[in-house]
Amino acid sequence: MLDQLAALGQGFLVALQPAKLLFALVGVFLGTAVGVLPGIGPALTVALLLPVTFKMDPTGSLIMFAGIYYGGMYGGSTTSILINTPGESASMITALEGNKMAKAGRGGPALATAALGSFVAGTVATVGLAFFAPALVDLAVQFGPADYFALMVLAFVTVSATFGDSPLRGLTSLFLGLLLGLVGIDALTGQARLTFGVPELLDGVEVTTLAVGLFAVGEALFVASRRKYAPEEIEPVRGSLWMTKEDWKRSWKPWLRGTALGFPIGALPAGGAEIPTFMSYTIEKKLSKHPEEFGKGAIEGVAGPEAANNASAAGTLMPLLTLGLPTSATAAILLAGFQQYGLNPGPLLFAEKPDLVWGLIASLFVANVMLVVLNLPLVGLWVRLLAIPQPWLYAGILVFASVGTIAANPSPVELIMLALFGVLGFLMRRYDYPIAPMVVGLILGPMAETQLRRALAISLGDPAVLIESPLAATLLVIALIALVAPYFLKGLERFKAAED
Amino acid sequence: MEHAHPGRRPDWAALLIAVGLLALAGVVAWSASAATAGPGYARIGPNAASYVVAAGLAILGLATVVAAFRGDIPKPEAFDPMAVCLILAGLLSLIGVISVGGGFIIAVTLLFALTARAFGRAAFLTDLGIGAALGLIAYLGFTRLLSLSLPQGPLEHLF
Repeated sequence: MLDQLAALGQGFLVALQPAKLLFALVGVFLGTAVGVLPGIGPALTVALLLPVTFKMDPTGSLIMFAGIYYGGMYGGSTTSILINTPGESASMITALEGNKMAKAGRGGPALATAALGSFVAGTVATVGLAFFAPALVDLAVQFGPADYFALMVLAFVTVSATFGDSPLRGLTSLFLGLLLGLVGIDALTGQARLTFGVPELLDGVEVTTLAVGLFAVGEALFVASRRKYAPEEIEPVRGSLWMTKEDWKRSWKPWLRGTALGFPIGALPAGGAEIPTFMSYTIEKKLSKHPEEFGKGAIEGVAGPEAANNASAAGTLMPLLTLGLPTSATAAILLAGFQQYGLNPGPLLFAEKPDLVWGLIASLFVANVMLVVLNLPLVGLWVRLLAIPQPWLYAGILVFASVGTIAANPSPVELIMLALFGVLGFLMRRYDYPIAPMVVGLILGPMAETQLRRALAISLGDPAVLIESPLAATLLVIALIALVAPYFLKGLERFKAAED
Repeated sequence: MEHAHPGRRPDWAALLIAVGLLALAGVVAWSASAATAGPGYARIGPNAASYVVAAGLAILGLATVVAAFRGDIPKPEAFDPMAVCLILAGLLSLIGVISVGGGFIIAVTLLFALTARAFGRAAFLTDLGIGAALGLIAYLGFTRLLSLSLPQGPLEHLF
């Protein structure tokens, strides 16, 4: 307990340096701005900015990325409330009630409860991160390669199969990512895989190129292709911005319940904020004294899910920082951010670079305070961003997507890949294939392969090593259950349907 | 997203996805088998993972065939092919201009104007101007402030 406080105190000494504060401010500002723009979530925001920060100070840049991550979440809720286009699936629930509130002239209180709920959830969850991360690090030190491999297999399954709409489509997306992960020179033997004689492919596929292609280019193609059929409408913020006493009374409990759901679920390698936000919505609907308002703009339906969303974002940082395990698209991009400086998150990073890790955690508190200050009074400014005409907005996004890609790797081959990933992202959207598993697969696939080969090298090739450690065996069994559970549940649903 | 009843016509788009997955599996497996096995010190060579991925893709391809016949792959909604083609034209001109050494600003100008066109803007010349201005700002910002290099062409040499 005291250790954590001391470490966090050290972290604040780093995070409160003027230069680091400036990085955090730039991060939250950019994060909110880009998060507000429709169709762009935090994952894409960080991906677009990764190449820009290539030559900057690592601690400062990572603080900025964290600011963008949190800022993107705040900004995303503004978009969901004012236009019914959530930037990411986790804000879908916010859009459900929030957009109804905005239509009824209660956009101000909806934005306020989302911002304050995000603040409460972000702060409480970051405290959780600070206190539980060291314990997980102590545990992770004892992990062998087989344990890590099992953990990654579990993450693969939960991210792609268990919690999506369709395990088939989720796994397909994952395997496409794993396929891209194969491309390049094998780290252990130096053999080139799937490079087809193209020298630019020897270094492998950049996570940022994949993410920017799938998210930015894919999204632009998709929105353009649907423009004639589903026009967007911006809901102006009318009336008071402030929450009434009644609003406060109806908001604070959903905030705390949302946090309690979001943080643990985000921290488990279960991936995604969809589950906790959805659970929070269901619970608030059950507990509300005004259940009839749900579907017509109930403030609890914004407060709870929005808190759950932000808490799970902080929770996702737990496996990322302590185990190096990304469980969402944004976490995968953040991992790429660490890797671009040659840093590998995990127990070693806590021991070797405590200033960086704790400075980063402390900066999350700072970012949260900045965000609530930036968001409440300045909401009018952010709303004005929504007035950018759609043609210029998406044209600008594509320009910056290509600038970022070509600055990271000055070769037309990189741009060709960007365009191809964009087309793939467009097709995946059309046929409702999830995108996050592919990004996670690309970054986690090679890591899982390395751990597997390390484990088998230690055991002299005996595959029994994979289940000899009780932890690895347990994790693999859970992964297997998580893989078949959706089919079992589907069978159950069918059974129920037949009964009715 | 209607799910068709079993026994109806197969979903051709889904079958095409299945064929694509199976073809990818074939390419990965073929390229692993064609690669000369490395020195024997690694217990699991670099090709093992390729075979795992190939097997996974093949299984998913077959599962997609089943899904196509059962109507389990969502039917996409109507779309505007013209808009998609315009954005693709923008991306192709970006790649083309940079490949022939036309430079960053011209490439980005075309990308901007064609994308804006895809989203229904009629004032193509205005958008070319805006794209050029945006390209210039991005160029100066990236090269001067962030000291990153961007592709050079005739326009870039003026600055």
